[in-house]
Amino acid sequence: MATVYIDNKSYEVGAGKNLLESCLSLGLDLPYFCWHPSLGSVGACRQCAVKVYKDADDKKGRLIMSCMEPVADNQRISIQDPEAKEFREHVVEWLMTNHPHDCAVCDEGGACHLQDMTVMTGHNYRHFQYKKRTYQNQYLGPFINHEMNRCIQCYRCVRFYKDYAGGKDLDAFASRNQVYFGRHEEGTLESEFSGNLAEICPTGVFTDKTLKEHYTRKWDLTNAPSICQHCSVGCNTIAGERYGELRSIVNRYNGKVNGYFLCDRGRFGYGFVNAEDRIRKPRVRHETVSRETVLEEIKRSILGHNVIGIGSPRASLQSNFVLKALVGEDNFYHGVNDNEHNLGDLVVKILTEGPARSLPLKEVENCDAVFILGEDLTNTAPMVALAVRQSVRRQPLQHAAKNNIVEWNDAAAREFIQDEKGPLFMATVHTTKLDELATRVYRAEPDNIARLGFAVAHLLDPEAPAVDDLSNDEKEQALQIANTLQQVQRPVIISGTGCGSEIILRAAANVAWALQKKNKAAGIVLTLSESNAMGLALLNGHRLQSALDTILNRRDDTVIILENDLYRHGPPSVVDEFMKTCHNVIVVDYLNTPTTQKASVVVPAGTFAESDGTVVNNEGRAQRFFQVYEPAQGMQESWRWLLNIGAAVDHPRLAAWKNFEDVTRALAAEEVLLRGVEKVTPPSSFRMAGQRIPRESHRYSGRTSMNAAINVSEPKPPEDADSSLSYTMEGYRGQAPSSMIPFFWSPGWNSVQSVNKYQDEVGHALRDGDPGVRLLEPKERGAAPYFSGIPEAFHPMKDHLLMVHLHHIYGSEELSNHSKPVAERIPQPYVMLNNDDAAERRLNAGDTLTFEVEGQAFALPVVISQYLPKGVAGMPYGLEGLTIVELPAWSILK
Amino acid sequence: MNKPLTQHVRPDGRPLTLQEYEKAGGYAAVRKALKDMAPQAVTTLVKESNLRGRGGAGFLTGMKWSFVPMNAPKPKYLIANADEMEPGTFKDRILLENTPHQLIEGMILAAFAIQADNAYVFLRWAYKQAAKVITTAIEEAYAAGYLGKNILGTGFDLDMHLHTGVGRYMCGEETALLNSLEGKRATPRAKPPFPQISGLFGKPTIVNNVETLCCIPHIVNNGAEWFKDLSRGSDAGTKIYGVSGNVKRPGAWELPMNVTMRELVEEHAGGMRDGYRFRGALPGGASTDFLVEEHLDVKMDYTSVAAAGSRLGTGTMIVLDDQTSVVGFVKNLEHFFAQESCGFCTPCREGLPWVEKILHTIERGEGKPEDLKLLEFHTKYLGPGNTFCALAPGAMEPLQSALKYFRKDFEMLIHHKISA
Repeated sequence: MATVYIDNKSYEVGAGKNLLESCLSLGLDLPYFCWHPSLGSVGACRQCAVKVYKDADDKKGRLIMSCMEPVADNQRISIQDPEAKEFREHVVEWLMTNHPHDCAVCDEGGACHLQDMTVMTGHNYRHFQYKKRTYQNQYLGPFINHEMNRCIQCYRCVRFYKDYAGGKDLDAFASRNQVYFGRHEEGTLESEFSGNLAEICPTGVFTDKTLKEHYTRKWDLTNAPSICQHCSVGCNTIAGERYGELRSIVNRYNGKVNGYFLCDRGRFGYGFVNAEDRIRKPRVRHETVSRETVLEEIKRSILGHNVIGIGSPRASLQSNFVLKALVGEDNFYHGVNDNEHNLGDLVVKILTEGPARSLPLKEVENCDAVFILGEDLTNTAPMVALAVRQSVRRQPLQHAAKNNIVEWNDAAAREFIQDEKGPLFMATVHTTKLDELATRVYRAEPDNIARLGFAVAHLLDPEAPAVDDLSNDEKEQALQIANTLQQVQRPVIISGTGCGSEIILRAAANVAWALQKKNKAAGIVLTLSESNAMGLALLNGHRLQSALDTILNRRDDTVIILENDLYRHGPPSVVDEFMKTCHNVIVVDYLNTPTTQKASVVVPAGTFAESDGTVVNNEGRAQRFFQVYEPAQGMQESWRWLLNIGAAVDHPRLAAWKNFEDVTRALAAEEVLLRGVEKVTPPSSFRMAGQRIPRESHRYSGRTSMNAAINVSEPKPPEDADSSLSYTMEGYRGQAPSSMIPFFWSPGWNSVQSVNKYQDEVGHALRDGDPGVRLLEPKERGAAPYFSGIPEAFHPMKDHLLMVHLHHIYGSEELSNHSKPVAERIPQPYVMLNNDDAAERRLNAGDTLTFEVEGQAFALPVVISQYLPKGVAGMPYGLEGLTIVELPAWSILK
Repeated sequence: MNKPLTQHVRPDGRPLTLQEYEKAGGYAAVRKALKDMAPQAVTTLVKESNLRGRGGAGFLTGMKWSFVPMNAPKPKYLIANADEMEPGTFKDRILLENTPHQLIEGMILAAFAIQADNAYVFLRWAYKQAAKVITTAIEEAYAAGYLGKNILGTGFDLDMHLHTGVGRYMCGEETALLNSLEGKRATPRAKPPFPQISGLFGKPTIVNNVETLCCIPHIVNNGAEWFKDLSRGSDAGTKIYGVSGNVKRPGAWELPMNVTMRELVEEHAGGMRDGYRFRGALPGGASTDFLVEEHLDVKMDYTSVAAAGSRLGTGTMIVLDDQTSVVGFVKNLEHFFAQESCGFCTPCREGLPWVEKILHTIERGEGKPEDLKLLEFHTKYLGPGNTFCALAPGAMEPLQSALKYFRKDFEMLIHHKISA
C-alpha cells in the first residue's frame, strides 16, 4: 500500500498501480479515453491529466498524465487544480474540433463515454471555427457499423482488436489528424471478438449493427441480467428489450468469467428470439389453438398413458427439473445423444472425483502454461480462446517486470515482449486460430491426441499408465510438454467435448491430476457444447437411446420434449420412427425445428429473454438469467408451462410449486449435485431499501404512450413473482447485488464505462463479489485413480476415413443459426480431406465425395487441407440441414 | 586540425573511399579501441570528453551509453539517426555524403563501447545521394574487415545495415525511429523504459545523431582534453553550424563550439542580403525559439542559447528578415509540424492543425483579436509533458517567441489587415 495525497486529502492505494486506476478505484471522477482496465495505459489521449507536486511545499506542480504515472508513497497530486482542469477541458475541446455534432442521430448517444467525459470536463463553448475533417466509412460485415467521422483517435479499437484479441484486419492508417481506423479494404471483420469494438470504442465509430436494425437508446431499454446461451462458458450479458422485441446483448462484467468482453456469437446470436418463424402460439396437430385447448389436449395425452420426458442441454435447470418431476425420475431422459451423455457424465466425474480444480475463465488468463487437448476453442468456446491468448503473455510479462516494466504500461510491455510467448501446447485434429501462439502444435486424430496426453501424464507421475510404442517425435513432444508444465507456477490443461472423444477427456484428466500432485495450483478447464450441458449432466437422467428404444417397444406412449430438436441428437430415421410411433408428441419450445414440425402438440415457450432460469457453465458455476420482459400472450417459460400441465393433471408435487423460487428450492433440495443453486441470487422477496430493482432506467421514455395504439390508458406494469426486479423505472436507484445488475449506470457515467463504479478496485471483482455459485469442487483426498485404457495408435483404414467434427463459431450452434446476421456468416457444408487422401482418390477441391458414416449417407463438396492428418476427414458440426452423427467414426467411401 | 569532422570534405563533393579515408588516418581509432581498450574505457573517454548529442537535445553521449546494461544478452543495437528532417537543417547531410567512413567508424566505436552486435543507419528517404554513398561505404567496410564477424581479429562482431525511411519528420524522434525500424507506425514510445533498456525489438539500444557519432573517432584518437579544447567555451568540440534565410552566403561551417550568432550571420554567412534587415533567427532549426537582434552576441552553445530563452537544437539557424511576413513564416512552420504530427496524442494531432488554420486566417487579414488568445493557449498547453513527445512543444517554440517579439505583426494584421 502507498499513501497518496489527492487535493490534500490522504488515501491508501495499492502500490504498483497507476494513478488513474487508483483515483477511479477511490471513486474519484477523472476523465479518460485511451486507458481501459483490460488494455492498460498508453498515454495517447492526454485526457487524464493531473497536477503532481514535488512535495508539500511545491505549490506550482506540473501536469502529468495519471494513467502513465506509477503510484508512489507520499505522492501529492491534484485533480481539482485549475490548470489541470483547464487542460482536461481543452483536451475535449481539441477532440471536438473534428467530432460531429450528431449525437441526436448517433447510436452511441446516451451511452457515450465521449459525451460523459465532455460533460465531466465542463467543455461547452466551441472556439474552433473551421471545417471538420471527414472520412469515408467502410462496410465491415453484418455485425459492426462504421462511422469514422466520430473518431477521437483514442486507439482503443486497434489495441483491443489486434493486441488483445489477435485480430489481423483492423488497423490504424495514415497520420496526423487524418488517422483512420478500419480495414485495408471494405469487408467483414474477421475476428470472433469484433463486437467488443462497440463497447471498447468510447464513441459512435463502431456500433452494434444488429441494434441499428431496431434501434433503441440505452435509457429506453428494459434490461435484465442474463447469461449467454450460445456455448457452455456462460458469459454474463445484459439483454435489452423494447416493444416486445429483444434489441441487444451487451457485456455484463463478471470478474470471474467473461470480464469486459463477449464473443460475436454471444453478442449477435440473439436473433432467434425475434425470429419470424418462432413458435408463438400453441398448436395441436398444426392448428393454432387457445391456451385452454392445448392444456386440455395435453391433459388427455398424459392421463392414462405412459409419459416420458426428454430434457435439454439448452433449457434451464428449472425447466429440466420440472419436467423430470412431472414425468418421474424413471421416465426422464437427457435430450442428448449417448456419446454426449457419456461425455457429460465423464466431465462431471473428472471435476468432482479428481483432485484438479476447474478454473474460472478469468483465471485461465493468469496461467503461465497451457496444454490444449483436442478442442478448437475459437470455434467451440471462443472466450476460452481469448483467455488463452492472454495467458501466453504471462511469462514474458514476468520478464518485463524484472526490467521494471509494469504490465499496465501496455505499449512499453508489448515493445519489450515483442514476439516472445509463454508455453502453449496444442494437440488438435486440424488447424486452429491459436496455433499461431503455440510453442508446439501436434496434429493428430483423437486417439493419438489422447495417447500424447497419457504419455505426458505418465512422465509427470509414473503411477499414471504408460503409453507404449510412441514414435520418437511423440516421445520428445511429450517430454517437452511434461518438463514445461512442471516448471511453471500455474499450469492449466484444457480440453472439451468438441472432439466427441471420451478418451481425450480421460487423457486430459490424467495430465491435470498428475500435475496436481506436484503443483496444487494446476487447474483444468473442460468445455461442453450447449449453455446448460453441464447443468443437464448434473441432473440425474437416462440416456436418450433408451427412450427411443422404450417408446419403440411400447407404442401407446406420450413424450414431452423440452426445448430440444431431437434431430440434432439422434439419427433421422430413428427419430422419425420414434415420432411416428409415439402416440402423442408434445414439444415445449420456441424454435421452429424439424421436431416441432412433426409434433402433435406444440407449446410456445419463452426464450431466455422471456424466462427466469439457472444454468451451470463448464466451470460448474451456477448462474441465473432473469426474464427481460413478459412474452406476448400465449408464450411463457417452459417450466411454467410444465407447472401448468402439472396442475392440469393434478400432479401432487407440481401443484404445490407456484413460482420460480418454489421450483428452485425443490431442485436444490432434491438434486445432490445442484445444492447451492438457490443461493445464486437473493430470493424474490429481497428488496433494497424496501424497493425492487428497476429493469428500466430513470430516463425511460414513452411508457404512457407506447401502447396508446392499443389502449390510451397506460397498462399496469406486470408484477414479477419470480424475482425482485421490477418491470418499471421505479425502484431502488443505488447499486443492485452483483448477480442482479440490470444495467450499468452511475451519475455522470452513462456509458458502459460506469462498470468502474461497481467495483471496489477498478478491473477487479464486482462490489459484493462476482456472480455465480461454484457447484463443483475437486476431491482432494482419496481422489479417483488415473484413467487407464490407452488406445492403440491410429492406423488409417483402406477405403475408409475416420470422420471427425469440425466446429464453426457460426453454424455449429443451434440457437445462433436462427439469427440473421450470424446466418450470413455460416459456411456451406463440406467434407475436408487431407491432400494425400484426396490425391489418392483423384479428388479436387469442389468435387463431390459420397460417403456413409454411422448409417447416414452424405454427398458433400470436398475441401482439401494439408493440415488434416492422413486417414482422417472432417465435416462441419451442426450446420442447418446437415445431419449430425456421433463422431468420430469410420466413414465408408463410395 | 580545428575542423576534425569536415577536414576531408572536398569542394567537388566526392566522398572519401575507404583507401582515401584510411590514408588520411581513418579507422585508426577502431584499431586502437578494439585492440587496446575495454568497451567501458571508450564510454568513459566519451564521458570525459563532454560530448553532447548533436541531434538537438544535447544529452551527454557518454552518459547515455553508460545506461546500457553491459551484461544484457545480445542482440544489442546501435543506430545512427540520419533522419535529418528538421526544417533548415542540413549539417548531417554534409557528413553523410562526404565522409561516410567517418560515420561508420564512429558507429563501430559506439557499438563496441556498448557491445552492440547490430547497427543501423536510419536515413532520411530524400537523401538519395547519401544512400548511395553509405551503401558503398558499408560494403567497403565489410570487405576490409571493419564490419562482420571477428573484426580485426579482436573477436568483436558487428553487422551494419542501411535503412531508408519513408519521409516522416517523426522518425527523427528516437523512439518513433525505433518503431518505424521495426516496421510499425512511426509513433513515439513512452519513456521509461528508455531505449538503453528496451529499444529496438525490445533490446538495449543506443540512438545517436550522425554528427555525434562522427566526433567519436577523433575523441578516441586525440583524447578528451583535445576535444574539449576545440571549443572556445564550456561545451566541448566543434559544431557544424548553418545559416539559411536571406543572407548573402547561406551554408554550413564547422566551427569551434560557442561562436556568437553575430559571427555566424555577419562573418560566415556574409551578412544580410542587400535591402534586408535582420529581425531575428531560429538558432537551432524550426523547433527552437526566436532570438532577436539583442541576442546577436549570444554564444552558440547549449548553455548560452538556453539562457537567452531558446535552444541550440541542431545549431543550424533560420534567419528572419524585415521583408518576410512573420505570420506567414510561422504559419509555414506550423503547417509543417501539423503535417508531420504522427496523430498519436490529442493535443498535437488536433492542436497543430488548429494553430495552422488560425495563422492562415490572420495572414489573410481575417483574424480576430481572440485568435491571439487561442494561439497563446496552445503555446501554453502544447508544452513539454502535456503532449506525448517533443514534436508539439518544439512546434510551439517559434510561435510563442514570435508572439513575444513580433506581437505587433500579428496585431497589425488582425486590426488593420496590413503587414507590420
